[in-house]
Amino acid sequence: MAILTKDEAKKILDKVLSYSKADEMSASLSGGRLGNIRYARNAVSTSGESDNLSLSVMAVFGKRSGTATINEFDDASLEKTVRRAEEIARLAPENPEYMPMLGPQTYLAANPYAESTAKMTPDFRAQATFDSLDPCRKKNLTAAGYMEDSTRFTAIANTKGLSAYNRETSVEFSVTVRTADGLGSGYATRDVTDVSKLSTKEATEIAMQKAQASASARALEPGKYTVILEPAALLANVDASLMAAMMNSFDARSADEGRSFLSKKGGGTRLGEKLFDERVTIYSDPTNPEVPASPFGGGGGGGGQGRFNGGSDGRPQEKVTWIEKGVVKNLSYSRYWADKKGVKAIPAPANFIMEGGTQSLADMIKSTEKGILVTRFWYIRPVDPQTLLYTGLTRDGTFYIENGQIKFPVKNFRFNESPVIMLNNLEALGKPVRMGGNLIPPMKIRDFTFTSLSDAV
Amino acid sequence: MNRRDFNQLIGMGTAGILMPALPAFSRSVEPEALLEPGVDVAMKKRLADAAMNAAKSKGATYTDVRIGRYLNQFVLTRENKVQGIINTESYGVGVRVIANGCWGFASVSDARDESVVAKAAEKAVTIAKANARLLTEPVQLAPQKGFGEVSWKAPITKNAFEVPVKEKVDLLLSANAAAMKNGANFVNNVLFMVNEQKYFASTDGTYADQDIHRIGPSFTVTAVDPQNGRFATRNSLSAPMGMGYEYLQVNPSDKLSGVTTRYNKGYDMLEDITSAAKQAKEKLSAKSVEAGKYDLVLDPSHLWLTIHESVGHPLELDRVLGYEANYAGTSFATLDKWQAKNFNYGSKEVNLVADKTQVGSLGAVGWDDEGVKTKKWDLVKDGILVNYQAIRDQVHIIGEKESQGCCYADNWSSVQFQRMANVSLEAGKTPLSVQNMIKDVKKGIYIIGDGSFSIDQQRYNFQFGGQLFYEIKDGQIAGMLKDVAYQANTREFWNSCVAVCDQSDYRLGGAFNDGKGQPAQSSAVSHGSSTTRFNGVNVINTARKI
Repeated sequence: MAILTKDEAKKILDKVLSYSKADEMSASLSGGRLGNIRYARNAVSTSGESDNLSLSVMAVFGKRSGTATINEFDDASLEKTVRRAEEIARLAPENPEYMPMLGPQTYLAANPYAESTAKMTPDFRAQATFDSLDPCRKKNLTAAGYMEDSTRFTAIANTKGLSAYNRETSVEFSVTVRTADGLGSGYATRDVTDVSKLSTKEATEIAMQKAQASASARALEPGKYTVILEPAALLANVDASLMAAMMNSFDARSADEGRSFLSKKGGGTRLGEKLFDERVTIYSDPTNPEVPASPFGGGGGGGGQGRFNGGSDGRPQEKVTWIEKGVVKNLSYSRYWADKKGVKAIPAPANFIMEGGTQSLADMIKSTEKGILVTRFWYIRPVDPQTLLYTGLTRDGTFYIENGQIKFPVKNFRFNESPVIMLNNLEALGKPVRMGGNLIPPMKIRDFTFTSLSDAV
Repeated sequence: MNRRDFNQLIGMGTAGILMPALPAFSRSVEPEALLEPGVDVAMKKRLADAAMNAAKSKGATYTDVRIGRYLNQFVLTRENKVQGIINTESYGVGVRVIANGCWGFASVSDARDESVVAKAAEKAVTIAKANARLLTEPVQLAPQKGFGEVSWKAPITKNAFEVPVKEKVDLLLSANAAAMKNGANFVNNVLFMVNEQKYFASTDGTYADQDIHRIGPSFTVTAVDPQNGRFATRNSLSAPMGMGYEYLQVNPSDKLSGVTTRYNKGYDMLEDITSAAKQAKEKLSAKSVEAGKYDLVLDPSHLWLTIHESVGHPLELDRVLGYEANYAGTSFATLDKWQAKNFNYGSKEVNLVADKTQVGSLGAVGWDDEGVKTKKWDLVKDGILVNYQAIRDQVHIIGEKESQGCCYADNWSSVQFQRMANVSLEAGKTPLSVQNMIKDVKKGIYIIGDGSFSIDQQRYNFQFGGQLFYEIKDGQIAGMLKDVAYQANTREFWNSCVAVCDQSDYRLGGAFNDGKGQPAQSSAVSHGSSTTRFNGVNVINTARKI
């Protein structure tokens, strides 16, 4: 498997940089293994595993840069790649926004790697799938699911002395269970760094319960409702989501340029303004043991597959508070824009953590007089970037709550809502859970806007 | 936020331009490398034969081999700056087999040696045999005759990779300057070019060598009103096309004049971006729509996306059967509705066809990715659902004897599966111009360009935005509207179709990267139509205060 140690990677990178004739050169070596298994109609449909190891070299002359990549590592190949990157750089147009490379950096000790995941085998994947399929087959339910595991490393170095290494693992699992008559559908998703913490059976059982409980849904009039949004409705790792959409819009430049929900009337940004309910606090921290992330990245992260060396500029990921008690505390910056504005170049985060309360989902339902429980949203797309208005639909388990109890399943709704409005109409926050590498609490929201009904199950 | 899309990767931020994904295992190359010949056909045949022989000796009953070289070029600009020029190449071999009645697949990158592809073929057989233990029913593959050694080339007149990068940069920067001069505050302008060199071989006896080209210019112009804290954008009215650089050559006969100029098979970027800058500003002070029922007149630059979402996807047989249940979803268009032979998907005006042969379309090829000669077939005839899109291991379910030829993999490293053909609305048979269509509308909205889009997992309920909205009052265009989105149910919507303009207005729109499958694969697909009228559609006002 193509997981190089820190020393093995450094040896190759040092060699690459020693060939440089450019003003500046950086190199990124990354690789790993990607495994997956997919099933539908209660049978495995595809499975696969791929290894990859790739080196990407960026050469810079003045403000001209060029990138070349290779997956052979003998000296001659390395030197050839360096020369090719230099050649491309010489012919490239100047990028007036190019920023000189960073020197040595200090990184937090994050550990997003678990040996159990790195050791996953095809047999393990098959067993995890069996654990999900078997209970569905026995109950005459139909399962479709997917599990993807990733074990990878990234090492970067440049001629200014910057050097960084990270290895990480992740497993994402999701399952949709449908009743035989197609009238009920339930969903569950999990993501972990350490696969020993994943039970596909436990997740599937929740999806099975939701499938059975959601059959024969009744129609409610569209309108404004109190909703309890489960974490999978707020953040998704397979589609756009309201919270990721908002957190991805914390770019300072767009706000300064007047084309963001964080742009201020009359110019400037809304940094320092209270835009949300005071219970809203969101920060990022690569060292959080529940959602560990790479301690470096920035400028859009990336670089992991060695596609574009510019993807990772080596900036440290630190603990950053984005929203504190409803007040916007920080925005993310490209190095160019931070330099222009004379501020610290805080990179876009590698994860985010939203503070919540101690209530479980069951507690939140119990304290609800009238409302709707939403398992997940689907096909979320931006409608108006000015207000961060998004549209999308409920899916795979939507229920009516009355007097603290789930009364009956309801037909799916289309919503048109902004996460900014949603986080002002906050009623309660539950205990945060991991979703897509982030921590997010279930939320109770009043006056959530459903605009039409859908017949979809 | 684990999955950062390409937009963020290259720092495009909120520019709103949809970037196509790069093929897997792409490596950066110099622009000249995009013109270098790949592995020659004789060598490809030897590699394919080696894989097929190896698979057969391990017990495979069917094998196909895809040898793919995928070349991409991206030119990225904003205002007066070049943000990046990216040239990539991805080359490798994918082998798919049936052994013990079960599919198996394996791939290998940079394969130029017969022993390497033979090893991949053996691995595919091993995987097939392992998965066969979990099999519920064996694969039923529709028979397919072999075509021998054949080839197909996209009928382009100018290979975009032969055009110097400088010429492309100059075009984009001069367009950006025109936008800025005409009142834009910001402009992001990108050009994508793709060349897929695909070789397919199977144990049915086909060896097909194909050369596919695609081009996609795309910009977003932004106008800002800082005093009121407002901004508005207008995206290009271009379409990604299965064409060469000739798409960017200005040709008056490819222009349709009207409230704004629209384009057919030749795109005038300078003209469109100049209009876009003015229109983005105009949008800032446009009238906010009053919610209610309107008759909609939809331009092909808009309607393609509605066709894609509400016809193309629900009529994919794998979705109907449940193979996409955990991701994209299933379909309302269940088999019983097709079997009934009287399910009115739309009004009598509605004729929807699937077509993998349409010249200039993104989906056009000679043979699909399992060796089936491509064709055109009806999906909805005079409003009635008559067929689906299916591939070789599915067609028996809908009683067909041969595949419809819409199997596709986005890369040599991905396994091929059913993907959408070009799905289009046929032009009206009686002469009707856009002008005459609008003349009859009392209370309506004319929508040009695609915008926000969302549809449920069974494709009933959808909501679409657009780029330009014009109010129609008593047969006249009364001015620009903003904050418009329409919501409808697929069947009600297509049954509210009352008129389709004639062939002279027919144009293609399309998506460069339609996503499907897990792991996700992207596919490029076109959708043609003429301007079409739908009566009494529910329009909502999307303005909010935060």
